[in-house]
Amino acid sequence: MGGAEILFIGNNFARLLEGLWVTVRISLISIAFSLVLGTALGAAMTVKNRAVRAVCRVYLEIVRVMPQLVWLFIVFFGITKLTGLNLGGETSAVIVFTLWGTAETGDLVRGAFQSVPKHQRESALSLGLTKFQSYVYIIFPQALRGLIPNIINLSTRMIKTTALVSLIGVTEVLKVGKQIIDANRFEYPNAAIWVYAAIFFMYFAICFPLSWAASRLAKKSRKSD
Amino acid sequence: MPETEHIIDINGLVKRFNGTAVIDGIDLSVSKGEVVVLIGPSGCGKSTLLRCINGLEPIDAGTVTLHGEPVVHNSRNLYKIRQKIGMVFQSYDLFPHLTVLKNIMLAPMKVQKRSKEEIRAEALKLLERVGLSDKAESFPSELSGGQKQRVAICRSLIMNPEIMLLDEITAALDPEMVHEVLDVVLDLAKNGTTMLIVTHEMAFAKAAADRIVFIDGGVIVEESEPDEFFTAPKTERAKKFLKTFTYSR
Repeated sequence: MGGAEILFIGNNFARLLEGLWVTVRISLISIAFSLVLGTALGAAMTVKNRAVRAVCRVYLEIVRVMPQLVWLFIVFFGITKLTGLNLGGETSAVIVFTLWGTAETGDLVRGAFQSVPKHQRESALSLGLTKFQSYVYIIFPQALRGLIPNIINLSTRMIKTTALVSLIGVTEVLKVGKQIIDANRFEYPNAAIWVYAAIFFMYFAICFPLSWAASRLAKKSRKSD
Repeated sequence: MPETEHIIDINGLVKRFNGTAVIDGIDLSVSKGEVVVLIGPSGCGKSTLLRCINGLEPIDAGTVTLHGEPVVHNSRNLYKIRQKIGMVFQSYDLFPHLTVLKNIMLAPMKVQKRSKEEIRAEALKLLERVGLSDKAESFPSELSGGQKQRVAICRSLIMNPEIMLLDEITAALDPEMVHEVLDVVLDLAKNGTTMLIVTHEMAFAKAAADRIVFIDGGVIVEESEPDEFFTAPKTERAKKFLKTFTYSR
């Protein structure tokens, strides 16, 4: 089972890492936007006004029911067709993953706030804390404890799902791998195994520490309940 | 200054939930140093009454005042009035992310802005008083129900409230823990803490109360001294209620 040297011929390995950086870049930017917008959406989902809540709910469901791939096509091809605006693949990817991440983060934030028992707030108010203080010292820290592991898990899902962006022409790690395999099909018939194995370990190196941290934090927050 | 200084004055209080009056015109005053125990069947409005007194519920008619200052749900200075009213709930509601000591120190630090050292010393003294000195650095999840409730009492006491409202504080406890909590309350009663207590523990009510207020159907049915109430209740309803606590075959 020879052929491992395919990974190190020329600048193949550097190219894979470059592809990985594209994957990470799209993920990081999308996650950053999602956190900010998702927190706002989550807050909006807990307001008393029914109309506001309904609009948020509709947004959440629309984003959720469609596969991310369909959204990528809609944004990448659809927007160009409709507006004549030429969005690059990476920009389109960030838009789609932000739309999706915002929806999911919003729902997680809503859930985290609603999981803090009503009595916690009443206890805080009874002690003379203002509404603002009871949010800062009592509700927010408790909501955050349950929220962080979920957000990390969502991030790993987003990182893995970015593999789809190769289908709108973005050269991320998977696409680079495919190029290497295709270019060396005859000299290195086993290239696919080695290249995909390398990509497997790259995803693993990024996602495993995250999901490990998430489960550690989740266990810790369960323990102190 | 009048001989009996009123801490709380309730006049013509009405509270409705979805059109049904849970409290249907209640007048009640609590004087300084007095321990008033509210008893009555479940759902008679006792707990709601306590919640109205510290503004957790909006009221439909009447007034609640603390030292003549009106307590109004959602009003701007409500948080200032609440500092003078300590409330302990059935479900303890300690803050799970903070240690016992921090649970107790939070409000005096953030609300009253007293010095940390002074508060810390006072918190430790309170914990000693309720027999929990060794739990200062524990988290609530490491405590039993009775211990949590004693911490919750300390958390309210450290604010030096003018009155303590205790809302069925032993109802969620295992029977063997009820005593350790009620002993703390009896100790407070002996030391002149003004309290308004809702409870189903009749023996405790008899021992702690200066005055028993029997509520049924959202109104005060009978009001008397504990000895009189438990031995010779004046009303039929009170007699019937007290019978539910005795067994015979």
